[in-house]
Amino acid sequence: MVEEGKTVDGNDTPQKEQMMKQEDQHDSAVPPSKRNLEATPSFSAVVNRRAVLKGAALLLGTAAVQAIAQRLSAETGPAFEDPTKVPGGPATPYGHRAAFERAERLVKPNRSRTPLHLLHGVVTPSALHFERHHNGVPMIDPARHRLLIHGLVDRPMVFTLADLMRFPSVSRLAFIECSGNSGSEWQDHGKKTLQDIHGLTSTSEWTGVPLAVVLREVGVKPEAVWMLAEGSDAAAMTRSIPIAHILDEALICYGQNGEALRPEQGYPLRLLLPGWEGNANIKWLRRLKLGAKPFMTREETARYTDLMPDGTARQFTMVMEAKSMITSPSGGDRIQQPGFLEIRGLAWSGRGRVVRVDVSTDRGRQWAATQIQEPVLPRCHTRFRFPWRWDGQETIIQSRCIDETGYVQPTRQELIAVRGTNSYYHYNAIQSWKILRDGHVQNVHV
Amino acid sequence: MSKMFTSSSGAYGFIVGTGIVMSLLWALSVMADDGEGMYHIGRPATNADIQVWDIAISPTGEGLPPGQGTVSRGADVYVAKCAGCHGPTGTEGPMTKLVGGERTLATDKPIKTIGSYWPYATTLFDYIYRAMPYTAPQSLTPDEIYSVIAWLLHRNGIVPEDTVIDANTLPRIHMPNQEGFVSDPRPDVAQP
Repeated sequence: MVEEGKTVDGNDTPQKEQMMKQEDQHDSAVPPSKRNLEATPSFSAVVNRRAVLKGAALLLGTAAVQAIAQRLSAETGPAFEDPTKVPGGPATPYGHRAAFERAERLVKPNRSRTPLHLLHGVVTPSALHFERHHNGVPMIDPARHRLLIHGLVDRPMVFTLADLMRFPSVSRLAFIECSGNSGSEWQDHGKKTLQDIHGLTSTSEWTGVPLAVVLREVGVKPEAVWMLAEGSDAAAMTRSIPIAHILDEALICYGQNGEALRPEQGYPLRLLLPGWEGNANIKWLRRLKLGAKPFMTREETARYTDLMPDGTARQFTMVMEAKSMITSPSGGDRIQQPGFLEIRGLAWSGRGRVVRVDVSTDRGRQWAATQIQEPVLPRCHTRFRFPWRWDGQETIIQSRCIDETGYVQPTRQELIAVRGTNSYYHYNAIQSWKILRDGHVQNVHV
Repeated sequence: MSKMFTSSSGAYGFIVGTGIVMSLLWALSVMADDGEGMYHIGRPATNADIQVWDIAISPTGEGLPPGQGTVSRGADVYVAKCAGCHGPTGTEGPMTKLVGGERTLATDKPIKTIGSYWPYATTLFDYIYRAMPYTAPQSLTPDEIYSVIAWLLHRNGIVPEDTVIDANTLPRIHMPNQEGFVSDPRPDVAQP
């Protein structure tokens, strides 16, 4: 069993207690588990009303707040006021989501998980992109930030953020998935919801300069096969990167979904290695050191290595293999009534494009191809949909991803037969959701 | 210009026209760098720039600073700086266990510690300096780090009690699990 707060990817932190307290406060505001397939805004509207009004008063002034108060009051009261008969709110310099929306990350001391079950399409809003950090989120002044590139190069160089923004730039969508995502499923299925089990993956549009362009500027020596990437956080997080395998796609990024990176995502600068495990995409990037051999940091020896049943451990297991999951309905949901239901989900592969996603609604006996939302992009979350009619009977629903290399997402038994149950990372087996006759949806292993 | 595209061969003209424009853009983009793919952006790094940040320690020992440490001094450092999170003897936690776990890796309950799992002793210096103690990373002196490494290796039964750890001896220590790591064989699951 994996202990709570000490999970597969689990660095515990001395500040755990303090942060757990914060988490408790956080959780008491809006419990992410209190949710339902039907929209029920009244609960959170009541709980959040005071906070919303207080925040709004600071931003908008009293008159506008009174208008909002009327609306919220109407929302929670017996009559729903007609918004065509009161003036709306004013323009704002930086937008906020509607007060009724309550999708939140599920927060642990050193990580938070994306509410995949509440999202549409493939892009993760920046504010909901999952987090994983090894000693907190640093706040870095972009004017003072520097990137040093040295080691086996012809010309060791220092770049400011402004320097890096002058280079030719590229934008692309890509998922980033923590190698520990879904790791609870190696052993018992103690976790219940999609967010808690699989929430350590997100997709953003990333903008930056190709790593290859910057490396050409410093002149990489022929014997330099590895690159140490180091963050400017309090863990000075480091990974050795085998550059030949990623040079075509790696970016040094400063943009996320059209604006600067969020602090949790590495502001002001991060590495993006599309398709590779999240921790190698070093955030708060301050240094690249080229070398002939891996530097054997703690993260690539003692931490992010995959223990096999024979006691050996796999090292530099970079690629995140093909994976999919039904996001709706999913664990913790309750289907309100039999009848039409669009099964929705996400699929992705670190090896390229998703070419097909199959769904089974009868415990894996029969599989049918789903509709895949175009455009399908390589190493990017891909949305699939499947129209279904639930007959009100107990069943199990599953999804299975096939990528452009022909790789088929394995069952849990197939995966465990090869890797045992102690490898901690890179769990990508088929997710099974059991639907009970009362409509409740549960995580099960079949 | 627009007249060019109104005839019956408009589509063709458009393609040709676009081709010319694209060629020009391509030529301009090639000319945007110096012909060797360089943009001459950034400034040369000084030795000072490199020295202040280059804290990486390789398995060869490259990067290790002068200084030395003993098991007995390491015991003091451990109590003062580490025991609060890793337990009085490094086996208790609550954070990562550092000591013990021998012969557990192939069992149902593997215990991955410095002694049972870490392949290189040099990684200890790199990691302890860069990231520990958790509340004050990069605060330990080289002598303190060499000492706490000596204590940790001794507690794991890897070095004797009178060992002196320094830039010369640390890279020569053979860790019990150094041969325990293999490269990535995936895809590894049988395909239907």
